Amino acid sequence: MLDSVVLTTVSDFLQAAVRMASPIFIAAVGLVFTGRSGITNIGAEGTMLMGSLAAVIGAYFLGTPGAGLLVAMLVGLLVGLFFAYLVVSVKADQIVMGMAINLLGLGATTTFFRIVFKISTVPPQVTAFSPWEVPLLSRIPVLGPAFFVQIPVVYLGFVLVGVAYFVLFRTTWGLSVRAVGEHPRAADTVGINVLAVRYACCLVDGLMAGLAGGYLSLGLLRGFTENMVAGRGFIALAAVTFGRWNPLGALAASLLFGAGDALQLRLQAAGFHVPYQFMLMLPYVLTMVALAGLVGKSRPPAATGKPYERASQA
Amino acid sequence: MIALMGVSPLRAYGYLLRGAFGDLNSVAETLVKAIPLVFTGLSYAFAYRCGLINIGAEGQLYMGGLATAIVGVYVKGIPALIHVPLALTAGFLAGALWGLIPGVLKARLGVSEIINTIMMTYIAQLFVGYMVTGPIKEPGYFPQTALVEPSAMLPKILPPTRLHLGLVFALLAVAAFWVVLWGTPYGFAVRAVGLNARAAEAAGIAPGPTMASALAVAGGFAGLAGSCEILGVQFRLLQGFSPGFGWDGIAVGLLGQATPLGVLAAAVFFGALRAGGNVMQRGVGVPVAVIYVVQAIIIIVVVASMYLQPRRGWGRPGAGRARVPAAGVTAANPGAEEVPRCLTVSC
Repeated sequence: MLDSVVLTTVSDFLQAAVRMASPIFIAAVGLVFTGRSGITNIGAEGTMLMGSLAAVIGAYFLGTPGAGLLVAMLVGLLVGLFFAYLVVSVKADQIVMGMAINLLGLGATTTFFRIVFKISTVPPQVTAFSPWEVPLLSRIPVLGPAFFVQIPVVYLGFVLVGVAYFVLFRTTWGLSVRAVGEHPRAADTVGINVLAVRYACCLVDGLMAGLAGGYLSLGLLRGFTENMVAGRGFIALAAVTFGRWNPLGALAASLLFGAGDALQLRLQAAGFHVPYQFMLMLPYVLTMVALAGLVGKSRPPAATGKPYERASQA
Repeated sequence: MIALMGVSPLRAYGYLLRGAFGDLNSVAETLVKAIPLVFTGLSYAFAYRCGLINIGAEGQLYMGGLATAIVGVYVKGIPALIHVPLALTAGFLAGALWGLIPGVLKARLGVSEIINTIMMTYIAQLFVGYMVTGPIKEPGYFPQTALVEPSAMLPKILPPTRLHLGLVFALLAVAAFWVVLWGTPYGFAVRAVGLNARAAEAAGIAPGPTMASALAVAGGFAGLAGSCEILGVQFRLLQGFSPGFGWDGIAVGLLGQATPLGVLAAAVFFGALRAGGNVMQRGVGVPVAVIYVVQAIIIIVVVASMYLQPRRGWGRPGAGRARVPAAGVTAANPGAEEVPRCLTVSC
């Protein structure tokens, strides 16, 4: 009897952990691609925010959350294209441009939210996604509900992690991406179009960040609030570093951060006399600890941060 | 975008301008907003000079404000001449501590200061939230501290406006930034590491301690932004007392090209945007958040145009951005061509 209570609690906890981890690992998959191609994108935060609002607007006017998600991905794609233009074509500093994207995301979403929905006390009602149980698999004790009773976007995210891993490590194009990140000149010499690869990676990144943002506003939180991403874009970047620029590693790191988030909610609900602010710090502290403990062993792609110039030293 | 809201853009800009420079009070208001921006701009610039990216000025500002508020509220019975410097020192040290932690992590373990300064910002905001709702909350309903002692308040220098003595401190900070970076051996070390860490090391400068301390100094500058905001404007610590001055500091530091006068000018410019933006929000209902969009566009245009300038000598990568160290990038991957330059300077 007691056992089953414990199991249910554990199972609830895991389910929440996966739910919390989803926006992080979905965005992280995109960041693995930019990271592997030698681009540091700290603008995921702003892109996710724009995705969140786009999803709510899309779902509000088109009626279905699926359509909202598509709009979010489209917006993410456009932001990714813009970012790619700035850092790949113009060769501007990636960190600075990422920061600009974040500011743009914060300002534009706050403003557009008020333009579209006016200023009212009642937040706009949108249909959000509801969980879908995978037949059979959801019956697995403990782990079943965690991984197989989620909203469809989470499943899509899991599939995309697998796809990303396959693409990066089992296809020619994936090899190109990794070559471009390690040694763009050598990649260029063997006929890989460095700029095209980096553009493509930025587009994938934007798409995933948009999707993650859409999940946030239509799945996890149901609605848009100002600055709702609340650092998840940065945590995703940390997850990528922690997970050594590998989609599976990033997924594992995201699940760890999600577990921290879920634990904090549980401890709070259980009435532990730790002020809630300290609980909320948990994911951020965890990120720092994780980076300090493991980053020494994980090495970023060699060409990280450097724009590629084709005409080169004589 | 403003037009989309059904508001004439010209009218909105009219309010913006009037709010920023319309009369004495508006000008004072612009300067009041510029004071913390000078400090956070210097914070970003100082780290940038050492090849580091400090995007955690907001958190350092919060910690500075917290320490200052504690000294301001709980230290009693000392004259203003001691109280104010004491509170400012506390703010500087708290901000510096918040910068030192990611600085040491960077120097010792090579952990990116970019992510850590961000994480520390969230931690700082939550910590301040905890403090004002718990340990240092004033009796009553509101999550805030009591007012700081009158002896800690910065006097107004242009009554009846809100302009306060912090303006003088901000100008002193700009001067200090200049003197330290270009007039002391330490400043030389900071800039050398920023230009090329490996070359600096070859010349006998230890990059690790230099980086860690530079990020601490940068944190200290941001901490002072919080101090001046508490002692000159708010007079007490509130949960969300900064409307994002730390984030704006990045734009200020960038637009000011990490030079003392550039930062000062950029801070006044963004101060004007903020002051005018507030008036615009009250006047025509355009949210202040619009100025973030303006900032983003300015950053993108200014920085991108630096790179788009026709480059002299196609063979030299980075020739278009010779003036400011390409922070982080240059430090981590020293370009061979910079080695001799740096060595000759030190010889």
